Amino acid sequence: MMRPIATTRSATGIPTGRLAVWWVIASEIVIFGGLLGGYLLHRFGHPEWATAAAHTNTMAGGFNTFVLLTSSLSAVLAHAAAEKGEGPKAAKYLGLTMLGGLVFLIVKSFEWTYEISHGYTITANTFWSFYYTAAGLHGFHVIAGMVIMGFVAADAMKNRELQRVELIGIYWHFVDLVWIFLFPLLYIAK
Amino acid sequence: MSSHAEGSHDASHHHDDSHSPAHYVKIWAVLLVLLGVSLAGPEIGIRWVTLITAFGIAVVKAFLVIKHFMHLTVERKVAQYAIGACFMLMLLFFFAVAPDVMKHWGVNWHNEAASNMKREIERSEHHAPAADQAHAPADGAGHPEASAPAAATH
Repeated sequence: MMRPIATTRSATGIPTGRLAVWWVIASEIVIFGGLLGGYLLHRFGHPEWATAAAHTNTMAGGFNTFVLLTSSLSAVLAHAAAEKGEGPKAAKYLGLTMLGGLVFLIVKSFEWTYEISHGYTITANTFWSFYYTAAGLHGFHVIAGMVIMGFVAADAMKNRELQRVELIGIYWHFVDLVWIFLFPLLYIAK
Repeated sequence: MSSHAEGSHDASHHHDDSHSPAHYVKIWAVLLVLLGVSLAGPEIGIRWVTLITAFGIAVVKAFLVIKHFMHLTVERKVAQYAIGACFMLMLLFFFAVAPDVMKHWGVNWHNEAASNMKREIERSEHHAPAADQAHAPADGAGHPEASAPAAATH
């Protein structure tokens, strides 16, 4: 079967798939950067937000940071395995990464359930609006990454399209990066 | 490129220690230590220490992930420029908007929302100390509407 030319062409010296992922991340920087920048601007102007932030669960946020950092490790180990042509091993590491994403989402769902049941909803005040918007947008990226990773792992298991293991890994590390900044903003600055 | 990751990186980067599983585990361990420090920082109770351990360490963690997991530092310049340009756009947004949002008083203008907020903060501090509200969510005193009413007006 003829392969689409876009997967083999590269005017920049970077394989087209990886260049596309960098462009996705560049645009994501503006999206998350605008959101977090807006949050910071308001946070500086609203010292009373510290009172609202005091209700976020630091240990849950810390545990989720541990989970995402660990899932990033398994993603980069999958990349290392793919570089050696070990597809099934890469797929196994991607499976662990997806498991990390699932644990992250489960912890988040418990957190949100507790907070919403205590009246801290998205409409409670501007702090909670930012909290749910930023964490929700990030959670959406975690879900999207897990879904794509499932397809990549299925191919990798058959030793197919192993270059995609690195591509989804780069995306996953970016999702980790966003959380690295969300964690102190929402859970530690009280 | 269908059977192995040949386009993954330049050949010169394949055989050094920085791409070995042991190296990745080492970076992960450093990241966990930094996470521990950022969690312990607020326990000291000094504001500037908290800021450094929270945000300073976040920057260090981000750098480690970008360099060792994403390998951006050994990527072609065009990718670095694309990422850098968008990062600069983000900073441009922040610093261009910051004076408008954060400066509450000027010579020829009056920030009505900021004045209302200041009044609300003073009133809430006068009537109900924040510490009491933070620990009494069950009776409604710790409800976010009650603890930070000014934010809703902004």
